[in-house]
Amino acid sequence: MTVQTKRRSVGDFFNQISSAILDFFVSILDLIFGTLQRVIGIGGMPYMFVLPNLLIFGIFILFPMLLNFVYAFTGGTEFFPDLRPWVGTQNFEQLLSCENFLDPNTCQEDLFWRAVFNTAGYVVFQVGLMVLVSLITALVLNRKIKARGFFRSVYFYPVLLSPIVVALIWKWILQENGLLNGIITALGYDKVPFLVDAQWARFWVIIISVWAFMGFYTLILLAGLQSIPSDLYEAASIDGANDWNTFSKITLPLLMPQMVVVLVLSLIRAVQIFDVVFAFTGGGPGTATLYLVQYIYSKGFSSPSKQFGLAAAASLLMAGVLIVLTLIQQIMRREEQ
Amino acid sequence: MSKIWSFLSRTRGRNKLHITDIITYVYLSLSVIIMFGPVLWLILSSFKSSAEVIKFPPRLFPYRQETIELEGYDEPLPLYEVTLEDGSTKVLAQVRRVGIEAQMVDPESPGEIIKVNIEDRNPVERIYFGLENYIEGVESFNFARYLTNSVIVTVFATILTLLVNSMAAFALSKYRFRGRNTIFLIMISTLMVPLSVVLVPVFLVITNVGWNNNLLGVIVPGAATPTGVFLLRQYMLTIPDELLAAARIDGASEWRIYSQIILPLAKPALAVLTIFSVMWRWNDFLWPLIVLSRNEMFTLQVGLNSFQGELNVQWHLILAMTVLTLLPISVVFAFLQKNITTGIATTGMK
Repeated sequence: MTVQTKRRSVGDFFNQISSAILDFFVSILDLIFGTLQRVIGIGGMPYMFVLPNLLIFGIFILFPMLLNFVYAFTGGTEFFPDLRPWVGTQNFEQLLSCENFLDPNTCQEDLFWRAVFNTAGYVVFQVGLMVLVSLITALVLNRKIKARGFFRSVYFYPVLLSPIVVALIWKWILQENGLLNGIITALGYDKVPFLVDAQWARFWVIIISVWAFMGFYTLILLAGLQSIPSDLYEAASIDGANDWNTFSKITLPLLMPQMVVVLVLSLIRAVQIFDVVFAFTGGGPGTATLYLVQYIYSKGFSSPSKQFGLAAAASLLMAGVLIVLTLIQQIMRREEQ
Repeated sequence: MSKIWSFLSRTRGRNKLHITDIITYVYLSLSVIIMFGPVLWLILSSFKSSAEVIKFPPRLFPYRQETIELEGYDEPLPLYEVTLEDGSTKVLAQVRRVGIEAQMVDPESPGEIIKVNIEDRNPVERIYFGLENYIEGVESFNFARYLTNSVIVTVFATILTLLVNSMAAFALSKYRFRGRNTIFLIMISTLMVPLSVVLVPVFLVITNVGWNNNLLGVIVPGAATPTGVFLLRQYMLTIPDELLAAARIDGASEWRIYSQIILPLAKPALAVLTIFSVMWRWNDFLWPLIVLSRNEMFTLQVGLNSFQGELNVQWHLILAMTVLTLLPISVVFAFLQKNITTGIATTGMK
């Protein structure tokens, strides 16, 4: 009980600080907006309230989105759009021209296709594992267990860690002389080059990202499980349903809305995987863990060739995939309702 | 012992411990090791000396060799356990090492030098948690600067996020005006468009505004988040309009209604957005990576990444700096974990 009150008071402390700072700004703005209202009247006020948001949103999100098309359809190495010559769909053609789409070596932009294949493989395995692991964990947490709150936070803790910290923690464990190789040699086996071997690197990128994010999806699924009315289970047990029947006929169908959310969110997140891998393997060994966003980043920012057009075209293709995924979610949500 | 066992087996309202209960607790215990183990290993390792960090196989705890101060020697001498010729072992202090031979002295009679083959001696060690790595790391890594930058970004971005988004949410939920639905629709439609899709043009805009290598370039652009507007608007819709009408009759200005009525009532939603914003900003990497290229403007995350990318990786320093980077967010989590988990479970976003 004492722990509870203590915890709450620390929370209050944070609240008080944030509200004190907020109050200060609010009173300055009070003066400005009071004068404004006297000039433009009540009818103009809603516009004044959305204006700051719209300005930031328009300049830094909406405008760049439109500008992305300009980059995608212009060529050259110039950074400023007015100096870039119009090339039509040449960037897209360069990205998409392949003799054999299944073999990146035959493509003009082989790095792009390597990134596409790497990302596709990563998405399939990572999302599959993620949904499976978070479903099992949510089911376990939904049982009558002691200290559920504690275990729930255990899974959630890595979600809060920054991608760089996550990458460094695991790099430290998996490096040649790291903890895992220490355990392996203690068991009498040879060291495994986890970060040097392409397949192992891909494997660990998947494991790490599941480790880092699963707590978030587990929470969503757990909330769904807890909203299933318990009298359904009682009725099922009276009717003599076994555990598997109960799970497949009651739990799974009623959990479907949350499963869709988890599936789509983890898909969208997986397509955009970047920072963990960037710090963990840097895309290597070779191009084994080069994923789409890193391809875009390297084309636009770190490669000396400054191929902004290719970067923009690739990002438009990726945006297309993301929009399709979002639409699928919307449609499925509507069908649920 | 039997009491503990009966306590542990008192699950599912049955008298016997069911097999599924055992599986459940085995799963949960393994999970604790898998989820916390890596972080614990990082923390333990961060106290190891630069020599010990590269030792293989690694040891669980950080050790340091015992030393002894003896008269006649300026520096403290390292202690070794030596196997002597007659088979007995004795703790001796090493004066110097010449090739494969070590010159040692007995601490009880420091005058006489004993020559020992280095194969026959083992260092005397004890578990030691020293802050040397942390101190050296903070000095060589520009930690204070990165920390200041990260704190500035997190604090000001969060204030700006709360203010700008709550104002917009207020207008979108409590007024009828031309263009309202259009504005809301455009915002919602970009909900799923991530920064990674607009990298190049965003960099152009930042350059034109002149915010390269300026913390403003990290703070301002992300402040207008559609997620925030959406979250706050949904909450504000539940506040009854009668409250606003009554305040207007009392002569309150629109700004007063927003700041004195809406904001206090929307506190739960604002708290959730605060937690999100702090988390987003503290851990943000891609945006600061693009905007900031001068070392002294780096945030902790960008700084940490560039530090680990340097040629000779100094793991003992990196580990200590990683611990310092994850410390603030861990402390916040320890105190607010309940608010965070319920907040995320109810809104379904991160």
